[in-house]
Amino acid sequence: MKISEQWLREWVNPELSTEDLAHQITMAGLEVDAIEPVAGSFSGVVVAEIISAEQHPDADKLRVCAVNAGDETVQIVCGAPNARAGLKAPLAKVGAVLPGDFKIKKAKLRGAESFGMLCAEQELGLSDASDGLMELPADAPVGGDIREFLQLDDNLIEIGLTPNRADCLGVRGIAREVGLLNGLAVTEPAIAEVPASHDDTLTVELQAAAHCPRYLGRVVRNVDLSRPSPLWLQEKLRRCGIRSIDAAVDITNYVLLELGQPMHAFDLDKLQGGIVVRTAEQGESLALLDGQTVELNAETLVIADHSGAVAMAGIMGGDPTAVGEGTTNIFLEAAFFTPDLLAGKARGYGLHTDSSHRFERGVDFTLQRQAMERATALLLEIVGGEAGPIIEAVDEAQLPARPDVTLRAERIGKLLGFELPAAEVERILGGLGLGVTATDGGWTCSVPSWRFDIAIEADLLEELARVYGYNNLPITRIRAGLSMPAQPESELSPRFLRRHLAARGYREAITYSFVEPALQQVFDPELTPVALANPISADMAVMRTSLLPGLVSAVLRNTNRQQPRVRLFETGLRFIPGPDTALEGLQQVPTLALVATGQRLAESWASPSEAADFFDLKGDLESLLALGRRAGEFTFAAGRHPALHPGQTATIQLDGKGVGVIGALHPTVQRDLDLNAALYVCEIDLEAVLGGALPSFAELSRFPEVRRDLAVLVDKQVPATDLMASVRAAAGSHMTELRLFDVYEGKGVEPGKKSLALGLVFRDKTRTLAEEDVNQAVEQVVASLQTDYSAELRS
Amino acid sequence: MENLEPLANEARAKIQAADDGATLEQLRVDYLGKKGQITALLKGLGKLSAEERPEAGAKINVVKQELQALIGERKQALESAAVEAKLAAETIDVTLPGRGQTTGGIHPVTRTIERIEDFFSSIGFDVVEGPEIEDDYHNFEALNIPAHHPARAMHDTFYVDETTVLRTHTSPVQVRVMETEKPPLRVICPGRVYRCDSDLTHTPMFHQMEGLLIDEHSSFADLKGLIEEFLRVFFEKELAVRFRPSYFPFTEPSAEVDIQCVNCGGDGCRVCSHTGWIEIMGCGMVHPSVFESSNIDPEKYSGFAFGMGMERLAMLRYGVNDLRLFFDNDLRFLEQF
Repeated sequence: MKISEQWLREWVNPELSTEDLAHQITMAGLEVDAIEPVAGSFSGVVVAEIISAEQHPDADKLRVCAVNAGDETVQIVCGAPNARAGLKAPLAKVGAVLPGDFKIKKAKLRGAESFGMLCAEQELGLSDASDGLMELPADAPVGGDIREFLQLDDNLIEIGLTPNRADCLGVRGIAREVGLLNGLAVTEPAIAEVPASHDDTLTVELQAAAHCPRYLGRVVRNVDLSRPSPLWLQEKLRRCGIRSIDAAVDITNYVLLELGQPMHAFDLDKLQGGIVVRTAEQGESLALLDGQTVELNAETLVIADHSGAVAMAGIMGGDPTAVGEGTTNIFLEAAFFTPDLLAGKARGYGLHTDSSHRFERGVDFTLQRQAMERATALLLEIVGGEAGPIIEAVDEAQLPARPDVTLRAERIGKLLGFELPAAEVERILGGLGLGVTATDGGWTCSVPSWRFDIAIEADLLEELARVYGYNNLPITRIRAGLSMPAQPESELSPRFLRRHLAARGYREAITYSFVEPALQQVFDPELTPVALANPISADMAVMRTSLLPGLVSAVLRNTNRQQPRVRLFETGLRFIPGPDTALEGLQQVPTLALVATGQRLAESWASPSEAADFFDLKGDLESLLALGRRAGEFTFAAGRHPALHPGQTATIQLDGKGVGVIGALHPTVQRDLDLNAALYVCEIDLEAVLGGALPSFAELSRFPEVRRDLAVLVDKQVPATDLMASVRAAAGSHMTELRLFDVYEGKGVEPGKKSLALGLVFRDKTRTLAEEDVNQAVEQVVASLQTDYSAELRS
Repeated sequence: MENLEPLANEARAKIQAADDGATLEQLRVDYLGKKGQITALLKGLGKLSAEERPEAGAKINVVKQELQALIGERKQALESAAVEAKLAAETIDVTLPGRGQTTGGIHPVTRTIERIEDFFSSIGFDVVEGPEIEDDYHNFEALNIPAHHPARAMHDTFYVDETTVLRTHTSPVQVRVMETEKPPLRVICPGRVYRCDSDLTHTPMFHQMEGLLIDEHSSFADLKGLIEEFLRVFFEKELAVRFRPSYFPFTEPSAEVDIQCVNCGGDGCRVCSHTGWIEIMGCGMVHPSVFESSNIDPEKYSGFAFGMGMERLAMLRYGVNDLRLFFDNDLRFLEQF
């Protein structure tokens, strides 16, 4: 809502500076977003009249004008197309200073002297663009200061109104607030009944009274729309950001801004028969004032005549019945449309108008007659004409109910935390227009027709707090019983994981939860991801089924910025679509992902220059799993993943359930992404990592350990994990540790085979193990490896 | 006996000249060992008369002890020198940087969330999270925002289908908490939220933290006290804080909270659009309709909720001047936290 400060002060004029006034209403909940002067800062500009305008002898586009500046007649060279004899326009005299600190000096233009400059609106900071000199009315006082004449020492106050405060979508509403805040009476303009001078009416039929319980119309004959709106009216509109069209439209806009009642003016002669307020018929279309023609749906309320829809009710008028050149007879409309039933309708057509904005939020349903009288009086005053009687169609039962609201005094103390004297309560609520009746322990309040946001006690408490001033309310500390929250010791906290990963060189990334469908497809081709109906862009169109596309893109952005070594992790949800439809059975799974590319260690004098590989990432993951004390319960098995290297991918399982994957990006994918170096990625369910086991003490043995090392030759394909499981199973209970300390292929080992070196550590809790105990265990191990893997013992 | 002094001189010189432990040991054997020359002199004492013997014996013993001491000293000196030499050889440039993995870091948004979680956890708030693909009911309806409510237009909602959205705020989590838990309640709900808006000062995804407190005696004054204290603790300075009436469908009364600009101290600057104030969060008393949606008796219980943007707080706290940096994941940015 933009409002002229001057206009507001016509209604109520507190002794406050502009800034203080703005602060006051901001603190009352009408947030002032901006204060701007309605004109640029300038001086030395007067009303002048062009006496003559002659063609410049040496320039086609310039005219040499004799201009009456009041105290003297001066010669001005002017390039404006509308410079003509008889025109009154602003003149910046020599010595004037225009916005931007532009000083006007005597000048010579193509040999002709110019003693000042005739100004366009833009040059005075009155508008952003203009196409010629500002045309002042014929009765403008020649020589008079233009600031004074146009009352330009005014500010535009822009208020960011919250949707509940529809009552402040007009000067009257804001004046009401300012009056209450300052204890001042508000001066309402005198709105008198305009007597009918003829009996012409139209029939008005409310077929959809729930949508439109009140409709007022009035015929005004013989208006002269060739008469322009007076300057005061144009200026008021301009200052509120509305362009002057013609007097009829300007007046309806004026009433909208002043009282908050949207109105419409039809060309009476273009209406056929009477008015019908009804919902649109299927297939009905309407050419709107903005030039577009819309197909109406049956949900839309229209104002129709006997031939069809002539306006989209409360939203926009139709073009064929609009007033314009040649209009002499007008049908004025002032109606009340039910907010709940109008809400969302304009949006459905991609429209949003000053009118729909107000009706959706709620217009005072008793205001229509007053608005009609106001508009009629202005119309007659400006463009003449004869008014008929006001036609009113109303369905009282469908008007908004305003049940009384009870306020209990004790609730003020309980919810606001302080006691407000009864007199103050009554002053505030009464000042807002509520009818306040004291009762036992509180008040019963009737709610004014302009407040659509007061229906319950809490609404009254808010009004009290707001007007009293939030900052004047007390401050207390919260009180509560102290209790220790349960904190399962076995569960790790995500922040612990993050710290651990940070200590291992990873930086936390946060990537968007929506990703590019094509990249997503690379990682999860078999899933149909949850797609957004209205994505912000094509590359953020689907919800990620994996954190990897986002992280891989982040890696790419960094490597493209000369950061060859990147280690990132992210935690967040991935969105796994359901089996049948994306949403049915949708799972939102907390997930951890890591990615690493480039050198194993940052470039340093102390570190060999070695590229990180699968086992770097796996080591980092295992260190993470070890935090939960149950690393051994996770198993890794060679696996496949559409985006990963088939020979360097492992699936991760916990309790027989797949919980993640780790591997190298598939070389093809890497190439397609323009990644220069191998990228290692891992993704795992966060819950699996966070679940842990409590420490459980095992007695320490006082007896020495015995270690035996074995080197065995097995097929290259034998997974080390399987082989070690066999060793564990065969070694018996005395083996306390098993270490795989070498893996060798190459010279000395026949092709297709590999040598694994194992360290077996034995110990007993109750005695020193005898040679035979250990030998027997080792023999069992060797035998089982021979059976299971045809392993050969290397000597 | 006449050769005692020349023999002693010879031994002294050789001991001084010895430059390793083995040579010294050999000298000890040569002079002081069982067959050593000094030992031989002692053995020769028997040839002397009883009168001469004590004096001569004493002289020889003096020399013997002296030589023993000299050998000991020399040995000590050689060992010290060897240690010195070893230490010198092992000297390194201790100013070289150390070896191993460099330290990574936590994203500034997470850092901000964790700090705030700590503040509230310390006074008994639980941290709760909720789904990000949310149904219309929890995101809007239960928060007193029916379909076509003008407040919906302020949300720039991402839709999945007609009744499913990406949550536009963390407030639905408070609804879910109220549905499942009984008051008194003290929770904070951090997380990602989504709005269909992208420009210099908006990203389509950002983070919020929702707070909710419900018990039998909480008031607007408590809310003010809690928020003021939080802001002081968060920014680690005394800040002017003001509460301004505002509107959220799910709270009543509702307030916007402004703090004195942390950049200019309230004098007016670019950060605060020359107002001296920065809008930092929204809050209010839980609306009775929201209580009713969750079957909590608004006559018995009262409560308040607050919600704040994590990126905004992080920007103010760390002086970040471009929102979009948070999601670009440029290492040069991440390395600063």
